[in-house]
Amino acid sequence: MTLRRVMIVLLAASVLALPLAGVASAQGKEMFIPSLVYRTGPYAPSGTPFANGMWDYLTMLNERDGGINGVKLIVEECETQYDTKQGVECYERLKGKNGGAAAFNPLSTGITYQLIPKAAVDKVVVHSMGYGMTAAADGRWFPWVFTFPTTYWSQASSVIRYIGQQEGGLDKLKGKKIVHIYHNSPYGKEANPTLEELAHKYGFELTLLAVDHPGQEQKATWLQVRRLNPNWIYMSGWGVMNQVAVKEAAAINYPMDHFIGNWWSASEADVIPAGDGAKGYKGATFHAPGTNFKVHGDIVKFVYDRGKNIGPKDKIGEALYNRGVVNAMFMTEAFRTAMAKFGNKPLTTEEVRWGYEHLNLTEARLDQVGLKGFTHPVKVSCEDHEGSGPVEIQQWDGKKWNIVSDWIQPMRDVVRPKLEAAAAEEGKKLGYTMRDCSKEN
Amino acid sequence: MFYREAGQFKSTYASDQAIFPIRQDRIVVAAALVAAVVGVPLVADEYWLQAVLIPFLIYSFAALGLNLLTGYAGQVSLGTGGFMAVGAYSAFKITSAFPGVPIVLVFLLAGLVTALVGVLFGIPSLRIKGFYLAVATLAAQFFLLWLFNKVAWFTDYASSGTITAPPRAVLGVMVTGPEATASVRYLTALILVGFFAIIAKNLVRGRVGRSWMAIRDRDIAAEIIGVRPLRTKLLAFAISSFYCGVAGAEYVFLYLGSAETLAFDINVSFLVLFMVIIGGLGSILGSFLGAAFIVTVPIFLTNAPHLIGVPLPVALQKQIELMVFGGLIILFLIVEPNGLARLWQICKEKLRLWPFPY
Amino acid sequence: MLEALYAVFVGPFRDMIGAPSFLIEVVIGGLAAGLMYSLVALGFVLIYKASGVFNFAQGVMVLFAALTLVGLMERGVPMLVALALTMAVMVALAFVIERVVLRPLVNQEQIILFMATIGLNFFLEGFGELVWGSNVKKLDVGIPDSSFTVAGVQVNRLELTAAITAAVLVAIMAVFFQRTRVGRALRAVADDHEAALSIGIPLNTIWITVWSAAGLVAIVAGIMWGAKSGVQFSLSLIALKALPVLILGGFTSVPGAVAGGLIIGLGEKLAEVYWGPLVGGAIENWFAYVLALAFLLFRPQGLFGERIIERV
Repeated sequence: MTLRRVMIVLLAASVLALPLAGVASAQGKEMFIPSLVYRTGPYAPSGTPFANGMWDYLTMLNERDGGINGVKLIVEECETQYDTKQGVECYERLKGKNGGAAAFNPLSTGITYQLIPKAAVDKVVVHSMGYGMTAAADGRWFPWVFTFPTTYWSQASSVIRYIGQQEGGLDKLKGKKIVHIYHNSPYGKEANPTLEELAHKYGFELTLLAVDHPGQEQKATWLQVRRLNPNWIYMSGWGVMNQVAVKEAAAINYPMDHFIGNWWSASEADVIPAGDGAKGYKGATFHAPGTNFKVHGDIVKFVYDRGKNIGPKDKIGEALYNRGVVNAMFMTEAFRTAMAKFGNKPLTTEEVRWGYEHLNLTEARLDQVGLKGFTHPVKVSCEDHEGSGPVEIQQWDGKKWNIVSDWIQPMRDVVRPKLEAAAAEEGKKLGYTMRDCSKEN
Repeated sequence: MFYREAGQFKSTYASDQAIFPIRQDRIVVAAALVAAVVGVPLVADEYWLQAVLIPFLIYSFAALGLNLLTGYAGQVSLGTGGFMAVGAYSAFKITSAFPGVPIVLVFLLAGLVTALVGVLFGIPSLRIKGFYLAVATLAAQFFLLWLFNKVAWFTDYASSGTITAPPRAVLGVMVTGPEATASVRYLTALILVGFFAIIAKNLVRGRVGRSWMAIRDRDIAAEIIGVRPLRTKLLAFAISSFYCGVAGAEYVFLYLGSAETLAFDINVSFLVLFMVIIGGLGSILGSFLGAAFIVTVPIFLTNAPHLIGVPLPVALQKQIELMVFGGLIILFLIVEPNGLARLWQICKEKLRLWPFPY
Repeated sequence: MLEALYAVFVGPFRDMIGAPSFLIEVVIGGLAAGLMYSLVALGFVLIYKASGVFNFAQGVMVLFAALTLVGLMERGVPMLVALALTMAVMVALAFVIERVVLRPLVNQEQIILFMATIGLNFFLEGFGELVWGSNVKKLDVGIPDSSFTVAGVQVNRLELTAAITAAVLVAIMAVFFQRTRVGRALRAVADDHEAALSIGIPLNTIWITVWSAAGLVAIVAGIMWGAKSGVQFSLSLIALKALPVLILGGFTSVPGAVAGGLIIGLGEKLAEVYWGPLVGGAIENWFAYVLALAFLLFRPQGLFGERIIERV
């Protein structure tokens, strides 16, 4: 009976305490950056290094430079567990906090789809770096959404170009068998239309094999792979599907250097369970792995040595850690671009958007930042929120990832028309009108 | 002292059979309704509306549906997510094919489509009982989601593979789409759920509800006294699926804005089942209470460390949240296995006697 | 129209006959996968058979067991010692569950107990991640995941080991339940808690025994599945794949778990490889459930489940 009373009191207390949740606070010379992360749940192995990379880079800027041009950055993490509803809850809670969020990195295609319509209404930038809705790369329809440095469709075309290079020329692709193993979700299916068109154009035999979520059991898929015996496999996987796929490929003795994962399928977490069997596995990426960059030295000096880190020191330089770093770098460089025009003060979201849209990251600037050769120079424009979009191929040697190719350009002539058509379709669904880029500066 | 029915005489059968026969009840309910309709949009900020109240109303709707099926008719179903998906996708198809149809009517039509699908997947219930039926309804869950994923027609051949709620207005006010304000969406959800809760309450008080409860308690005896199991069970599936379908349509149109099939996966089915069990099986109020519990407790647990002033790393916070949530569920069931509705009933009974203890 | 009929009813069979060694591979792969499901289903069956509780948390127990084992091994504990320690941990967990969750809920309805295991599921999820972290961990118990070829058919070593382990485990369970006194007591408890109490069966000891046994089965399942995909959160989702096995075989039958596993595994793989391409693939998940459903329509308590005798 007393237990029952305790319960009732607890319930009453929680009901009364609820209205106190969600309080904003004042702001001085600071900019607020919410960081949507997933450090728990099924995708934590991929989300944790990314979150660490973001946090470390931004904290390093605060510690080393006192922020960006004197404006300090407040970073707050919000756990989404890669779940759309929690992502929306994080967005609603944080968009107005501390004077307003500067930009959002949803880190999940599902959450991005939710935020894209809201971004235009709430007027806040959504940067879905290499994920999210590919069609949003057309800035004329989606001024508030950015997908640079590249998109899934460009990536697929780059990978085909790479395969062509390996085979001795794109014309040698005729008659070859390429299999696309994909996660049975809109994310996984993204590359399919592009691949089908390229199969038509270059004459290779494309087989599409879907793996049902979560992809823990893939025997049937890999039996079919064995039967087909393809020359190349491209994978758009996510989470446990990656680890199982790499293991199964090793188990059927498939030549791992003909197995290319997209940039969400090629990280340390994906190859660890397979052990030695994963040697030779390739992946696409748009930034280098490893710690041979000045920024990493600064991160160790200003973040880890001062005890301001969240993650462990030995995981710096992992593929997804560096992706977090590059995400944070793009964001802060966009801020700098805006500050160059609007002044060194906390920026409004309109100004941040201008900064993103006029970002021009050159080799020289990358060198200044301390990331020479880390990623490809990016130029964003009003129509092109995708940047230039090349990828490079990395390969796992059993201990770490190494870049094994040059920058491979996407086939813009194939991808761009489809992208513009899709953007028009999606934009009209939301009732948008197309901007005229020539009328803006 | 205050909660007595002394002095309240009924002179018609209708007033005697009213849902709230005691005047104090009626006053409290009326006040709550006024607060919900008028007060909340004035006071609540967008975060509260968007992240707490609108999902609460939508989940209550789905929990109502499941409660009718599981709590009153005794058929355990784990296909709620799939039925909500049917509602959402059919609403999307109907409104994109006929943009002129008022959006509320679209929701109801989507509910009807879902009811038909529900009847189809309810047919095994005539042969299979208990937990076996629950697992069999998972077949519905997985198949429906696979269907929506595979057949591009359902998303109007969208390259993104998701459905987006198109902007629709009612009497000139935007109800769906990015321009619709949270208050308008909240009011729409509130009116719909209130209306259908009243319908559900009357259903369960009448012949239909009694036949359901007969099937739930002793289905062979029920058959002997003339309750037709085929009709009763299929009707339960139909009505429950109608509710879940409308809830699913609201889920995409009034809450999320756009969705892919992953938004309706098995976690949603389990979530709605938890709401029904924690709220109280076989209770209309229980559906609301359960939904409130499941929606607000995680948000409360997420924000609690901030309130107390103890900043925890995000991962640790989430893990503790999970542990506390699980622990609360177990604690709840030990203390009151019949759910929050029974707790509420006990409160009311105590209030009736107050200030006397018995 | 005729083409569609041909494609569904004739084409796949011609495919099968046309490449018989591949068909054998698919069959072997399906049976092996099915046995892996059975390993997980066994835990469910044990607990349901003996305490009438449908343990929603079985998947998380598999994950927890695997996490503990790998966590200990990562900290340098030698494998056999780690195994023994993990067994001790699972037994301790059984103690705690019995004391905290089951004892206060004696003789409640099935659905309430089911709900309690859901609460347990959340708790163990959070607790496991809290203690052992959320990274993917490699589980190396010395069984290589490579294949060897026999008469043109590729066989995977890990799956073979899993199959043999499952067979041995099932044999032990079957003997345990049928021949020993404890087994009979377990069946009595499953029938009716209060009746079993009234004839002097110590309910609490029985429950601890059975939950420990389920914990040990969870360790084995965790090792097999963890070796296949690395130990991480998604391991707990395996329970969903084991459910069709359960309903096909019957909730209360150990041989049923195995038979169900074999049928589901085989059916799934054959459907996915031969009929899947017709409809775009990824039909495994729902096909398993539909297959189980089809069987249920003929035998509503599963192939080997106890016939439910209903009284008015």
